[in-house]
Amino acid sequence: MRTAIFFTAALAALASLLPAPALGQANLEINTPAIAALQRSMQQRHSQLASLYNSGAVGFTRDGNVALRDAKAVPLAQRQQVNALIASENQDRAALYREIARANGHPEWENDIRATFAQRWISRAQRGWYYQNASGAWVRK
Amino acid sequence: MTMAKLACRAVLLAGALTLVGCVTINIYFPAAAAEKAADRIIDEVWQLKNGAAPKAEEPGTAPGDKK
Repeated sequence: MRTAIFFTAALAALASLLPAPALGQANLEINTPAIAALQRSMQQRHSQLASLYNSGAVGFTRDGNVALRDAKAVPLAQRQQVNALIASENQDRAALYREIARANGHPEWENDIRATFAQRWISRAQRGWYYQNASGAWVRK
Repeated sequence: MTMAKLACRAVLLAGALTLVGCVTINIYFPAAAAEKAADRIIDEVWQLKNGAAPKAEEPGTAPGDKK
């Protein structure tokens, strides 16, 4: 009887440890209509943003957004338009991070997802584009 | 008697461990999967899938034009 209790207890303890690493292998769900719509919207905006990345006017922040880095690289007449472009891009990005967290049933993952994206945008960025390093300084890739 | 107490403690400990295990699963953030997901989305947004070369956005001196 006692041995049985011990055995059961040991098994339960073991079983509770096993599933954690197994779950980590799964893919994240990113195929939802909301995420697809955000992706399309960002893809359409990218052609305009790409030339701003190239000129160094806009760079990637360490928190997964884009920001105006060098206003002088943008002609005065276009500054308002560029600011609006940056604002809509950051809105889409915030929604994207939130939607991915929600689609996977973990809204509390939003900041982890944002941090992951922040890293990936920067490491996938082209040479010559600017990003913020860990201390917030702008660095040219 | 002591043996029974010990068994009782073991069961309690196992229960506690199981609970901790559940919590661990719930708060575990799958960093590798998130990176893969991010890369898939970035490929899509930046249209990087069809060719390693950057898009013909820059005033072109690129020798290889894609057809």
